[in-house]
Amino acid sequence: MSTKNYLNADYGFRSWLTTLDHKRIALLYLLSITFFFFIGGAFAVAIRLELMTPQGDLVQSETYNKLFTMHGLMMIFFFLVPSIPAVLGNFLLPLMLGAKDLAFPRLNLLSWYVYTIGGLFTLWAVVFGGVDTGWTFYTPYSSTYANTNVIAAALGIFITGFSSILTGLNFIVTIHKMRAPGLTWFRLPLFVWAHYATSLIMVLGTPVLAITILLVAVERLFRVGIFDPALGGDPLLFQHLFWFYSHPAVYIMILPGMGVISELIACFSRKRVFGYGFVAYSSLAIAVLGFFVWGHHMFVSSQSMYAGLVFSILSFLVAIPSAVKIFNWTATLYKGSISFQTPMLYALGFIGLFTIGGLTGLFLATLAVDVHVHDTYFVVAHFHYVMVGGMLMAYLGGLHFWWPKMTGRMYPEGLAKFAAVVIFLGFNLTFFPQFLLGYLGMPRRYHVYPEEFQVLNVMSSAGASILGLGYLIPMSYFAWSLRWGKRAEKNPWGAKGLEWEVPSPPTTFNFDTTPTVTEEAYDYGPKPEPGEVAHV
Amino acid sequence: MWQNLPLFPDSASTLAGKVDGLYFYLIGVSVFFTLLIAGLLVVFSLRYRRKSDDDRPEPIEGSIVLELTWTIIPLLLSLVMFGWGAWLFFQEHQAPGGAMDVYVTGKQWMWKIQHPTGQREINELHVPVGRPVRLTMTSEDVIHSFFIPAFRMKKDVVPGRYTEAWFEATEEGTYHLFCAEYCGTKHSQMIGSVTVMSPSAYEAWLDGEPVASDPIAAGAALWEGLRCGTCHTADESRGPSLAGRYGTEVQLDGGKQVLFDEEYIRESILRPRAKISLGYRPLMPTYESQLTGDDLAHLVQYVRSLSEDKTP
Repeated sequence: MSTKNYLNADYGFRSWLTTLDHKRIALLYLLSITFFFFIGGAFAVAIRLELMTPQGDLVQSETYNKLFTMHGLMMIFFFLVPSIPAVLGNFLLPLMLGAKDLAFPRLNLLSWYVYTIGGLFTLWAVVFGGVDTGWTFYTPYSSTYANTNVIAAALGIFITGFSSILTGLNFIVTIHKMRAPGLTWFRLPLFVWAHYATSLIMVLGTPVLAITILLVAVERLFRVGIFDPALGGDPLLFQHLFWFYSHPAVYIMILPGMGVISELIACFSRKRVFGYGFVAYSSLAIAVLGFFVWGHHMFVSSQSMYAGLVFSILSFLVAIPSAVKIFNWTATLYKGSISFQTPMLYALGFIGLFTIGGLTGLFLATLAVDVHVHDTYFVVAHFHYVMVGGMLMAYLGGLHFWWPKMTGRMYPEGLAKFAAVVIFLGFNLTFFPQFLLGYLGMPRRYHVYPEEFQVLNVMSSAGASILGLGYLIPMSYFAWSLRWGKRAEKNPWGAKGLEWEVPSPPTTFNFDTTPTVTEEAYDYGPKPEPGEVAHV
Repeated sequence: MWQNLPLFPDSASTLAGKVDGLYFYLIGVSVFFTLLIAGLLVVFSLRYRRKSDDDRPEPIEGSIVLELTWTIIPLLLSLVMFGWGAWLFFQEHQAPGGAMDVYVTGKQWMWKIQHPTGQREINELHVPVGRPVRLTMTSEDVIHSFFIPAFRMKKDVVPGRYTEAWFEATEEGTYHLFCAEYCGTKHSQMIGSVTVMSPSAYEAWLDGEPVASDPIAAGAALWEGLRCGTCHTADESRGPSLAGRYGTEVQLDGGKQVLFDEEYIRESILRPRAKISLGYRPLMPTYESQLTGDDLAHLVQYVRSLSEDKTP
């Protein structure tokens, strides 16, 4: 390759580990996140294998409990939370804004180090003993009764939280201060709006998680009564604090995915996103309302009945902005010019699966129904539809879409389409039977289960094996494409947005001269021919 | 194994059918919207697929009318869900009068159950059909959750407090009892069964079970032994009389009110200063270290029985 770009600007480990380039940091994140995703996935494989039979015959109960705990911890804190923001957001925000980098490049590198240290710390806790509290760390089990490596795992999460906060701060400042001339708020790509909303939650919510985890550690180490009633504490206090972060955290996980979907739908239907303003504001509405619904995790916890009523109605309200997004994306397709490259297949899959994930969320917001399905496989199915069917589909869609920009190479289109279909089918076979299991009453986190639940569990495990193989395909051809993939043009999709106006891959400082923006986002409409008078 | 594929749980309580009704409404709404969105995706994908790479469709800005439509209609549909769910939730919190009282204690990893007449069971619960059963539950260690899928009933069982739930079984049979809140190594083995029997069979079952102790008599003995009656006298000079108080609102020092229920009795025995009755000084010592969990349950039932004597 003759031209200089950010990948060949410098060589060697040292140049990567000390880089301040947001694009290189994004790739560092991509590597670490993929690593943790496959570790979390390995735990899922073990869980699904165990659940093929009703007897707990593959592993001991103690081991099983560690497996689902580690699956949750790895996937949530080390994959879902950072995935889109830290990889795609990091790579794209400065490009989309017409900036040379994020506002604080050193902070950006620090956040990757903090993330990786936290992740390795948690991994260390897994290898040496493991932890069995569930990713939710409910007290007093976690603070008093569990005999596993709670402190070490919690410390890993605590450390990683700071990386979220740093990333959030960096994004907020960058979006406020570093937009190119002419790039007003309502000309921003919706990807940027979604990341802005996400960053707000990261900055405001994550400290509460840090405090909560610290309190668990204090009670565990020094026997100070905070959550354990035997020491004079209140076990429900923990749930309030924990969900005050962890419910907004699900929006940290899904909002960036929604941002990706807006970009994909617009590009592959060559249409401006329908109701741009509504889609933009709905992200903020989700971020704000999301802070007031935590009590819907506690309808049967012995929280007051009246609190239950309030949290129920607020939970219905937070569902509305998500519905608005779904309708607007669908309407965007109307009278578009739709093509079906791989990223679009993921986007369409996202809309279908997120619709199911969102609608089943209404079941959980409905008080009397939640009493029955709370802590059953219905909940497991619901959040996997949102997180895997929604968020992971968006992440894969985004990765395919911007892969040419990130690496300068095209992935093999036919194989990628095949993988997308395999993943979609495997996903549904894995998680749809779990809705039925949940209403039948199978509790989550059960190692041994009554025999009548076996058929549905076997279906789910069969689906999981398809899904697992499905994920290995993109992993392989992405790696393959780095060397043998067709070289990517500047703008292989004919997409709008500043990131498509620079070479693939971009140079270290993105733009030779700062661009000036004169048009709306997603200006895919007909261009007036030279000489012809523009009609509006 | 293929003949054994249930798709819907048994419905065996007065509330089960009502919860199912709401569940079907939710399924109806969900299926409608899923088909609507999926249908539109398919139709648009076929109709507006790219015909030429030079296609440049006219942009459409948006539509306030449509935005309002798809905000307001889902909002109304979900308000129905809220109201309907809340109405049933209220019923789940209001045990009918005359309910049979059963005490439940959860511990790693078993359910201990005591009937009002003194019979005890572990991991099994026998109840008569057609009679409301009120559960007063606590845990000796971590949080558990008492879940009977066939009754659509679940309530967390929390250490350091009493929680309450009720059901009225409508079908005889044997049903699963699960612990639904993760509680440690053998969480999935903290299971049992609920046997719903005809009233006569239940009476016969009671007669066949040994009576460990009459809980109210045991409570009365504790009341004597701990000399509760020295202060809780009828003339109310040092402490309030407890007769006839159950189910009423207590005026507290500081202006608040609290319902005189099992949880209030329990808390007052263990932490007397937490909620002081208006007009009394905080004289009462704590009995936390002197009572086992069973003692406490017996004493609570005895205090409660003081109110039943007045209004038989």
